[in-house]
Amino acid sequence: MKPYRAELMVCAGTGCVSNGAFQVKDALENEIKERGLENEVRVVTTGCNGFCGVGPLLVVHPDGIFYQLLTTKDIPYLVEEHFLKGRPVQRLMYTPPEDKLPVPKMSEIEFFKHQMLIALRNRGIIDPENIEEYIARDGYTGLAKALNGMTPEEIIQTVKDSKLRGRGGAGFQTGVKWELTRKAKEKTKYIVCNADEGDPGAYMDRSILESDPHSILEGMIIGARAIGAQQGFIYIRHEYPLAMKRLLIAIDQAKEYGLLGDNIFDTGFSFDIQVHRGAGAFVCGEETALLSALEGQRGEPRPRPPYPVEHGLSGYPTNINNVETWANIPVIISRGAKWYAEIGTENSKGTKVFSLVGKINNTGLVEVPMGIKLRDIIYGIGGGIPDGKKFKAVQTGGPSGGCIPDSLIDLPIDYESLKEAGSMMGSGGMVVMDEDTCMVDVARYFLTFTCDESCGKCSPCRDGTKYLLDILTRITEGKGNMEDLDLLEGLSKVVKETALCGLGQTAPNPILTTMKYFRDEYESHIKDKKCPAKVCRQLNIYTIDEERCVTEGHGCGVCMRECPEKAITGEKKKAHKINQEICVKCGACYDVCRFGAVIVE
Amino acid sequence: MEVEVEFIDEMINGYNRDKRAIVSMLQDIQDKYYYLPEDTLAYLSSAMEVPISLLYGFATFYRTFSLQPRGKHPISVCMGTACHVRGAGRIIEKIEREIDIKLGETSDDLLYSLDEVHCLGCCGLAPVVTVGDDLYGKITVTKIPGILKKYKTSKEEPVSQID
Amino acid sequence: MPKITPKDLARIREKSRQSTTLREGAGRAKVTVHMGTCGIAAGARDIMSALMKEVESRDVKDVLVTTSGCAGLCSREPMITVELLDQPPIKYVDLTKEKMQKIFEDHVMNGNIVNEYALAVGSERAH
Ligand SMILES: Cc1cc2nc3c(=O)[nH]c(=O)nc-3n(C[C@H](O)[C@H](O)[C@H](O)COP(=O)(O)O)c2cc1C
Ligand code: FES
Repeated sequence: MKPYRAELMVCAGTGCVSNGAFQVKDALENEIKERGLENEVRVVTTGCNGFCGVGPLLVVHPDGIFYQLLTTKDIPYLVEEHFLKGRPVQRLMYTPPEDKLPVPKMSEIEFFKHQMLIALRNRGIIDPENIEEYIARDGYTGLAKALNGMTPEEIIQTVKDSKLRGRGGAGFQTGVKWELTRKAKEKTKYIVCNADEGDPGAYMDRSILESDPHSILEGMIIGARAIGAQQGFIYIRHEYPLAMKRLLIAIDQAKEYGLLGDNIFDTGFSFDIQVHRGAGAFVCGEETALLSALEGQRGEPRPRPPYPVEHGLSGYPTNINNVETWANIPVIISRGAKWYAEIGTENSKGTKVFSLVGKINNTGLVEVPMGIKLRDIIYGIGGGIPDGKKFKAVQTGGPSGGCIPDSLIDLPIDYESLKEAGSMMGSGGMVVMDEDTCMVDVARYFLTFTCDESCGKCSPCRDGTKYLLDILTRITEGKGNMEDLDLLEGLSKVVKETALCGLGQTAPNPILTTMKYFRDEYESHIKDKKCPAKVCRQLNIYTIDEERCVTEGHGCGVCMRECPEKAITGEKKKAHKINQEICVKCGACYDVCRFGAVIVE
Repeated sequence: MEVEVEFIDEMINGYNRDKRAIVSMLQDIQDKYYYLPEDTLAYLSSAMEVPISLLYGFATFYRTFSLQPRGKHPISVCMGTACHVRGAGRIIEKIEREIDIKLGETSDDLLYSLDEVHCLGCCGLAPVVTVGDDLYGKITVTKIPGILKKYKTSKEEPVSQID
Repeated sequence: MPKITPKDLARIREKSRQSTTLREGAGRAKVTVHMGTCGIAAGARDIMSALMKEVESRDVKDVLVTTSGCAGLCSREPMITVELLDQPPIKYVDLTKEKMQKIFEDHVMNGNIVNEYALAVGSERAH
């Protein structure tokens, strides 16, 4: 390999690509050629770097300088200054929200500083389409160790000792699941990687698949050896075309290098992996529904027991793990269970990747040790709430989870504490909400989701979610009464206890936690017919501040043209008016007024 | 529309006539036509010797499939949690007003169709809208007309290249 | 490509060491070429090429090469700073390709400072 003095790691995760990362990369390569630096400086495309909010971004090694929000226009100057003259360009660096001076080094940026990367160990450091880069960072050494000198039982014991728990939702002990599958009677066994990532608001699995696909393959090969499986499947969402592409490249390369296929490392052990593209159904992330989908049927769940570990794909014992779970395996094997088990808390070991999104300054993927305080994530890594707004709650666990209020800001984040607070770990989505978020609307949002995604097989879920949604809609439209609250609670309990699969069993959680922590918001929707956050538009009254409209906007008339109901009247340079009888409260006028003249009450 | 028998037969053989691969076959058809044409489904059902109700079952169960023709520029608005709390609902309404179709519909000139999706995995850029293969992040209501303008003429200027 | 063995993994790792060193920012030695406008005018680009050639031909994996701006002593350009792990940085001035080669051989590879080309030991600020 030719030596270079500098490597420019361009993030090519989906977020950055959509903001023009490939154009930036091309511009960089051109400019580098132009300046005759092509033998000294190399451009490498990597997977998602995690700090998706400020892409396209570039990390320069060896110094670890971090550039953000790049455009092709910045490139000539950047190349001349930094790579020719050696003067890093401050203007393109990251500046924390409250500060004036930029932070040049990636390792010193708050967002990255507190993270501990295990599952995301290679993010932004390697080219995901090149197996040798993965190997260079100790890739496949875990596999070599597992296959040469460890018995399947020893592998399982190591995973058990690490106390790794499933990262896909329920947090079941991975080693225990492997052991159960290994001990199942049938000879034919399967393993599955669940890459359906259905939680809206979480995208760590996508990021791992895109930035480090070999880590999942390696984890699965080790798992197959331990369990005694001959065939593996990866079930991936169809919304993830880039992840799918990189995964297929990785599988081809692994086969070419003899790391997948027959007689791996000459040990007589053979294993193959097939990729299956999902067709879009949230419930297919549930393990039994996923198996139905893999079998070519409609992805509807089945009653458990029997559990997949005994009666899975086509009736054979099947071990299903989440993407992030698999990605942890190679490191646990190569560095040992003891090392891993030292990270985290008593019952939640290791690290967890969270997608920190919503009303937060630094959005992106963060990997932190279990047990970290919520405060450290929100205010440390996340840099607090934008526009000086007040933090209200964070939603974890997606449609199955709940909202954790401001008062629990010092909650340690691990499986047990989240459960106690009424939420759950889930896949690691963390959607931050501020004072402008209405908690009743959030509950209604999730019920809209689960009602829509309910497969319809069992009636508690099919009808229950619909009925819960109706009540919530009623409340947000100002038509609710106080009895509705009892009804919500009672019905939630019934659905929880009687639904067939996890989707229905957890669907009421968003209602129950918001009612527990934000009952006052429900009450003001019902009693005062007001939405404190002004989100539920049917409860709002839209008027125009006539003075502002004239002095600031000169009666520009944009609102009048936008109004779908023609409820606004007025003339140029004169104040406009909303006719309350016609107004349907769609809020369009508020959205388009650039002068803040539309008032919401 | 004429059924492209050759394409279907070749595809079926590519999957070894395996009944378990029917969803994948439907995906291939969807990828080609951007919807599942009625006659093509009928042909597939007889060629694979499965009841057509099975195909309709899949087509209505999974989100990928559409039984109506989609627009040349399919617009998807993300309604994942991150996008929702950042105001995706209002984005949908603005697009509805702008191109005069409702969610789930296709415009009469077959230029646009409008759908919602649940999380595109770019939550860091919320709210997110895709038009065909182009992805737009950090959208605001006022940015919508400018984006749609690009597609009004048939000339396309893709801004991203997720392939 | 034939199937690889566990030994090959180590070989591939070794092959990519230089790149890994770069990305981890942890080399045994670091050579900084001062590339201000003055440096470039005085021939810093040639020094850089010569340096890169040394790195390549000797197949060294643990030396980082970086650039920085003008070191403030424009009359003595081209100029480099050599830092070995746990040792104070040394500045070399008035360089030519040949001098660069000797410095690489003696100082970077073998740890002996080439006093005749050295400006001074130490630096006004750590790199
Ligand atoms: C409605 C529903 C949706 C689920 N979606 C996912 C998903 O998208 N990805 C995932 O890994 N697990 C999902 N799960 C959890 C899986 O059923 C299963 O527990 C998990 O894949 C096991 O892997 P783990 O032990 O590594 O966590 C879902 C569960 C339910 C009930
Ligand atoms: S919530 Fe919209 S991209 Fe994830």
